[in-house]
Amino acid sequence: MITLKDVSKTFTLHNQGDGQSGAVIPVMAGVSLSVAPGECVALTGRSGAGKSTLMRMIHGNYLAASGEILVGGLDVAKASPREILALRREVLGYVSQFLRVVPRVATLDVVAEPLLTLGIPATEARARAATLLARLNLPERLWSLSPTTFSGGEQQRVNIARGFIHPYPAMLLDEPTASLDAANREVVLSLILEARARGAAILGIFHDEDARARVCDRLLDVTGFTPGLAA
Amino acid sequence: MDGAEMSIYARMKGAEPLLSVRNLSKFYGSRIGCADVSFDLYPGEVLGIVGESGSGKSTLLSCLAGHQTPDEGRIAFDGRDMIAMAEPERRRLARSEQAFVHQSPRDGLRMGVSAGGNIGERLMAVGARNYGAIRETALDWLGRVEIDGARIDDRPSAFSGGMQQRLQIARNLVTAPRLVFMDEPTGGLDVSVQARLLDLLRGLVRDLGLSVVLVTHDLAVVRLLAHRLMVMKSGHVVEQGLTDQVLDDPQHGYTQLLVSSVLQV
Repeated sequence: MITLKDVSKTFTLHNQGDGQSGAVIPVMAGVSLSVAPGECVALTGRSGAGKSTLMRMIHGNYLAASGEILVGGLDVAKASPREILALRREVLGYVSQFLRVVPRVATLDVVAEPLLTLGIPATEARARAATLLARLNLPERLWSLSPTTFSGGEQQRVNIARGFIHPYPAMLLDEPTASLDAANREVVLSLILEARARGAAILGIFHDEDARARVCDRLLDVTGFTPGLAA
Repeated sequence: MDGAEMSIYARMKGAEPLLSVRNLSKFYGSRIGCADVSFDLYPGEVLGIVGESGSGKSTLLSCLAGHQTPDEGRIAFDGRDMIAMAEPERRRLARSEQAFVHQSPRDGLRMGVSAGGNIGERLMAVGARNYGAIRETALDWLGRVEIDGARIDDRPSAFSGGMQQRLQIARNLVTAPRLVFMDEPTGGLDVSVQARLLDLLRGLVRDLGLSVVLVTHDLAVVRLLAHRLMVMKSGHVVEQGLTDQVLDDPQHGYTQLLVSSVLQV
């Protein structure tokens, strides 16, 4: 479902370096990996090794310098913006560590939005959002408020609800349990296990080792893909 | 891979762009307004155009909207050649299938006419004649842009800036256009008013399937509103792509400078 073949990534900083061609920083090289439907794979490696960079490339947020990034048959490395938008809408879910929303929009609508873009009627979308927010123990009195004012743990649950509201066939999870208490962590782990059981291909970053052991089928150390870090 | 995933790309292959622009250039004497601009805009897509003052983004927008005639290049709207089109036909399109939201509501509204009249006028321009039906549609649109229906007979001069901008949007969208040009639609508004307008625009774009060309210098606005982004400098497009990709992984030196110059709150 997710297959990378010999992917590399460089950053070129035009306004730094020698002032002519800029500073070229190779950050990833020779990345090949594969995640099958119904499989959950954890990316490991120390901070700065490129775990998030790799996830961002798969999401189309960072441009790959070379190689193939196949998600559901689409090569994200060469796809048009329009194709990537369709991929994100229907195929590839993403739970990021950061919440980026229009200020003042109610939490319930923020969570329902991915379904609205799929053309699902607003009443149904909101009902599904409510079910998920309740399961994630987000107090109902917060649903009509904008999540921009929420605590870190509350914002993270809003992000998780957005990422799990549609049964995406492929999912990227960036530290989904990082700022959660024990009870909510359990809810998120069960959501991940359910997604895996229905056949989603999941690639994630989990600093929580116990969580990683419970939901992941295997680990993949990215250190070998990091120029300058490889042994 | 199953059929559901295959179908999204198959569906996309069949779609035709609503607006297709090729090698568009506009010169002011020896000075470049915009040069060699090409892009396709599909139904339901929002294209943001950013760049500093004088980058050519407003020149490009006014060429696209037919306010200026480009010197070179082609513009096709739904397969129709917009440059060769006769003026009356272009004007008919501009008030039916296309719309233009100005930065200043004063440029897009008639300040001496009531709110209802401002909306009704555009309906009448496309042939609506029944007073009751026009008033009812105007009321419906005031509701959609969150203006109290009781204000229908008030003139926009009695409205706040944010309300005026929402009224301008209602006036433009009442004829169900397919393509909307927007020039800094949230410029000059308080941030709290801006947020509400952004949410309103996002909802309208999604629910009505609008295609939008949005010119702004505000990167936060394009991040929340535009699917795709085009960065202009000295009349040329220096970079274009998926909005979050261009903002988070800018390739061109100028875009890098633009993104890194944004003040953090």
